[in-house]
Amino acid sequence: MTTLDDIINNSRHDSWFARLKNLQVFWVFIAAVLACLALSLMTDAFTSDRNLFNVARNFAFVAVIAIGMTAVIASGGIDLSVGSSVVLSAMVISVAMASGMGFWLSAGLALGAALLIGLFNGILIAYAGMPAFVVTLGSLSAARSLAMVLSDNKMIWEFGPDHDLLLWIGGGSTLGLPHPLYVLCVLAVVMSLVFRWTRWGQHLFAIGGNENAAVLAGIPVRRLKVSIYMFSAMTAGLAGILMAGWLGSVTTNLGQGMELTVIAAAVIGGANLAGGEGNALGAVVGALLIEVIRNSLILLGISTFWQGMFIGTFIIVAVAFDRFRNMRR
Amino acid sequence: MNAQNGNAGGAKSRLPERQETIAGEENHVSRLVFSGISKNFGAIQALSDVSLSIEPGEVLGLMGDNGAGKSTLVKIIAGNFRPSTGELSIDGKSVVFHKPIDAQREGVEMVYQDLALADNLSAASNVFLGREPLRRFGPIRYIDFKRMNTVSANLFKQLKSETRPRQLVRRMSGGQRQAVAIARTLLSEPKIVMMDEPTAAISVRQVAEVLDLIRRLRDRGISVILISHRMPDIFSVSDNIAVLRRGRLVCRKPAGASSPEEVTGLITGAIDAA
Repeated sequence: MTTLDDIINNSRHDSWFARLKNLQVFWVFIAAVLACLALSLMTDAFTSDRNLFNVARNFAFVAVIAIGMTAVIASGGIDLSVGSSVVLSAMVISVAMASGMGFWLSAGLALGAALLIGLFNGILIAYAGMPAFVVTLGSLSAARSLAMVLSDNKMIWEFGPDHDLLLWIGGGSTLGLPHPLYVLCVLAVVMSLVFRWTRWGQHLFAIGGNENAAVLAGIPVRRLKVSIYMFSAMTAGLAGILMAGWLGSVTTNLGQGMELTVIAAAVIGGANLAGGEGNALGAVVGALLIEVIRNSLILLGISTFWQGMFIGTFIIVAVAFDRFRNMRR
Repeated sequence: MNAQNGNAGGAKSRLPERQETIAGEENHVSRLVFSGISKNFGAIQALSDVSLSIEPGEVLGLMGDNGAGKSTLVKIIAGNFRPSTGELSIDGKSVVFHKPIDAQREGVEMVYQDLALADNLSAASNVFLGREPLRRFGPIRYIDFKRMNTVSANLFKQLKSETRPRQLVRRMSGGQRQAVAIARTLLSEPKIVMMDEPTAAISVRQVAEVLDLIRRLRDRGISVILISHRMPDIFSVSDNIAVLRRGRLVCRKPAGASSPEEVTGLITGAIDAA
């Protein structure tokens, strides 16, 4: 006679290692570690403090947005507008600060602008039932255009009274680690917990798995979708603020084409474009791998024209790998 | 009959009840009573004057051709539609449903034909989808997965299904999926469970499993309305059968007093009524 406890215990049929092996993020992480090891053997420059600092900072921007993108993709959607939300947010904060406003108020405005893009996307997708691809393609174009209008397409490099604070927040470091990396770590930990342990996270994955089931279960699917697109836009806005501080100047081509890198990072990290799968840690590892590939090509003296080839190959290999694993089961 | 009701439970049941009261039970109140339910969509008469009652722990096999009004009837019980005329009562209490949630509050649960499960989530997550129990940690509220797994394991055990709470629905057989969908309805201690073609797309062995699940529901005193085209399934599990044809109830009798041949005749119209 099996007791209830037996049933529950038997349900943990995979050991933790077997479960780990089944995660795409595990293999991508192994690949990133191997790439780092190979690089440190091939060139001395890779392990230099300066280079590691740069890698850590550069990948943080993409990784922050990739976490937002993971939420969207796991819910069965896509957000192409993140690159434009980055530039809009960066432009709002620089214009506001250049006009004499303080950092925190300007940052609030910048995040507000990004959230409005997310709200716009979310409402059209959830309530008007338009395809996410089309809506966010539209706001991809519109948001960048707004940034151009706002700045008159000029470069902004003076940020008023809080100039130094902005540069310190985006480009500075504490205890030898760049500030964007701290932001990323906090976001990654918080969102890992949120995805796993909250109703918001659980329902997000339910929508991605079977939207009809989510509706029948009484989940407020529309409201949830709006919040998901707003979250994605918020991560883009956050990255925009940090990037403005890091670069020390903002132009309207900031974040151009970034959406594709972000989607690539999320997908390499295990987000399934069909919906229902993805995790925050995967997005971070995916972004890290892309940055390591980029960095290694430069250090090894290979033409940067090859970058796309390597990243493209990796996306396809990562997804193909996942597919083969599933077929075997 | 009216006099009997008047004496015994005037306050409890003000509605005329159109079923035989069980001998010796004076206060007898049916689980679900339809009286003179009609529904029209514009000029189309989907249901006309359907009166029917279901007892606790009764399995009613509801049959009819496509367009006979089965779905309309079910959707009226589930709260998707309101009847044009007629009245619905549950446990002697007259009810009006505006939305599916109203029906759920009165203990009516529906198992959909496509089962409406999220493949990427575990069995327990699907059982509790939209009703996840929360725990507090200071200001933070998080899902109580431990409780979800324990309760689900308990429900699967009651259903004698081998489904494991943590198993992903994607990796389950049709019978196990059916168990998850049924466990989902049990969570709210339902009075009436309606099942739309639960045996339509699964293997023979799993059909037996699903029919067992239906018997377990019945044993718990739940009224089950089973819609199916599969005559053997209906006859093996139903206490009573009801046949709709062109929106009219043409038959309502114990399954033992009928036969698949008679029902086929009733569905097609070869037999007028029985």
